[in-house]
Amino acid sequence: MQKRKVIFQEDLCKGCELCKIACPRGIIKMADYINTMGYHPAQLSEPEKCSGCLSCALMCPDVVIRVERGGVA
Amino acid sequence: MAVVFERPKSLKETKFHYCPGCHHGIIHRLVAEVIDELKLQEKTIAILPVGCAVLGYEYFDVDCIEAAHGRAPAVATGVKRCRPETFVFTYQGDGDLASIGTAEIIHAAARGENISVIYVNNAIYGMTGGQMAPTTLLGQKTTTSPQGRKAELTGYPLRVCEMLATLQGVTYLERTSVHDPKHVRKTKKAIKEAFQVQLAGKGFALVEVLSACPTNWRMSPERALDFVKNQMINYYPLGVFKSLEEVE
Amino acid sequence: MSKVLMKGNEAIGEAAIKAGCRYFFGYPITPQSELPEYLSWRLPEVGGVFLQAESEVAAINMVYGAAATGVRVMTSSSSPGISLKQEGISYLAGAELPCLIINIMRGGPGLGGIQPSQSDYFQATKGGGHGDYRLIVLAPASVQEIADLVKKGFDLADHYRMPALLLGDGMLGQMMEPVDFGTETSGDKFDHAWATTGKQGREHTNIINSLYLKPEELEAHNRRLEKKYLEIMKQETMAEQYLTEDAEVVIAAYGMTARITKAAVDMARREGIKAGVFRPITLWPFPQRELNEATQKAQVVLTVEMSLGQMVEDVQLALKGRLPVEFYGRVGGMVPTAEEVLNEVKKIVKRYQEAM
Repeated sequence: MQKRKVIFQEDLCKGCELCKIACPRGIIKMADYINTMGYHPAQLSEPEKCSGCLSCALMCPDVVIRVERGGVA
Repeated sequence: MAVVFERPKSLKETKFHYCPGCHHGIIHRLVAEVIDELKLQEKTIAILPVGCAVLGYEYFDVDCIEAAHGRAPAVATGVKRCRPETFVFTYQGDGDLASIGTAEIIHAAARGENISVIYVNNAIYGMTGGQMAPTTLLGQKTTTSPQGRKAELTGYPLRVCEMLATLQGVTYLERTSVHDPKHVRKTKKAIKEAFQVQLAGKGFALVEVLSACPTNWRMSPERALDFVKNQMINYYPLGVFKSLEEVE
Repeated sequence: MSKVLMKGNEAIGEAAIKAGCRYFFGYPITPQSELPEYLSWRLPEVGGVFLQAESEVAAINMVYGAAATGVRVMTSSSSPGISLKQEGISYLAGAELPCLIINIMRGGPGLGGIQPSQSDYFQATKGGGHGDYRLIVLAPASVQEIADLVKKGFDLADHYRMPALLLGDGMLGQMMEPVDFGTETSGDKFDHAWATTGKQGREHTNIINSLYLKPEELEAHNRRLEKKYLEIMKQETMAEQYLTEDAEVVIAAYGMTARITKAAVDMARREGIKAGVFRPITLWPFPQRELNEATQKAQVVLTVEMSLGQMVEDVQLALKGRLPVEFYGRVGGMVPTAEEVLNEVKKIVKRYQEAM
């Protein structure tokens, strides 16, 4: 099975952490910097551990997350 | 590279104005995904409420009508009766649907209007700043029930699905939640089911989605998820209250 | 087409159909129920939709939804019901949606009575609902004029993209007269590119809305409405003048009351009093210019209404103090007789004899 690539569109993120809570592998963390809206955006801390399960994308209320197949996760 | 998950076509590229952790964004996305999957974008007319989702017309990439507070089901009735070939859904909150708009929702349901209703229940008035809603749980603190809602004073929270389930005109009724990925998937399935009821000309369908309002609940988005899971579902049980098979 | 004998309320329904209206949403109330009753069988006959709503509030919002899709749509009610519709009317005006609203007035306030009245003039012409808006208000005085003004009302509503209101009273609604409905028309000739019909391949979405959160945008919207209203005030006033050319006493009255005052004027003329009638057909826009023209020879204007005095304020505004304005009114469902009006005219003539 091809790897899935999870892309966070950081400038849309409001730092609510719903994706982080949903991630079964606990590999989403909040950045230590802030985005243009003043929030700490979510990011993937250990992309290699990502299974591409989509939980983060399903929970994101701001459509920050895009998932592609075939890239390096 | 194949896309597995992305912004649905029926959602404009506009940032939501919703507060961090508000579930409206999830529910908007699910509705738009279903519109895309059923190829309804070109024939959809969305009826938006007064409440936090009042600006829905800036997000849904479909024709939109902004209704007066609570009147969306009547507006939807007018649209659908004149243009039966279109796909018509209302998107309403609990203040809109379960308080000021009870007459309109009950009668649209009783008539079996061939429309779909997305009912977002977050047990509070969000847009006006966190006042008590008809759906506010007993004991829940709001800006107009600062000591917690008391039954002696304001009665009991309204269970819309249970109430509408008694009406013969209703074809599909389900209460779902979006507090975790599994329930998000179930909610999408319910929305799809409801939309298909209309497409088949089978009458009135409503999906009630339990939803968090972290800002006005004065909770972190994480604690708000727990409140939905442990408090709201307790009073508002999830499930299908009426289905097409049952009706037929 | 030849003339048929018809009740006023039913004539409204038939005229609407002849104007291409195929959608009606309403709620029963006396004294206009013959209209929804008529349309409940007549609309399905021509492939239209009649729907009895759960309330006036729902009915006007169904109209809002229907109008948003670009079709000709109508609702009707009587005074207390029209009060309930005010929220929706304000939204229709704000969202610039065309429709025709019928008010067959009865006495008020509150539940009032069920007999004819003209006590909703303020509500019809000065707002009624919230916000800076206007309605085109048409006041027929015969069953034939009902037919003509229903058609005109739909056309004006479509042309200016705003609600129009036909203001009648219980007497007019219940009265039978011969009527010729003329040729059939429709709203097709008007541009409906703004309507919400589903995108159907359009790049942009059509949005029907009255919300403008930014004050700059709301002001621009208000100014746009103002421009439209000013244009209507310039272009669309209508009035009838009866024996006003040499009239020293001009009676201003509208609707059924105007018919009664015409009889009073005939009686006055037989007694050598130079009286005439000025009948506004559009209550908004009020025919100010026409009233001033009709009162060139007048010494005094007498306004007669079935109210405590509402239109009389517009008469005063139009005359701007140029002439004294007297008022005679009956209320509560009481209809003034021609003799009563004649007596008023005589009293006034006596009082103004010096000047005349």
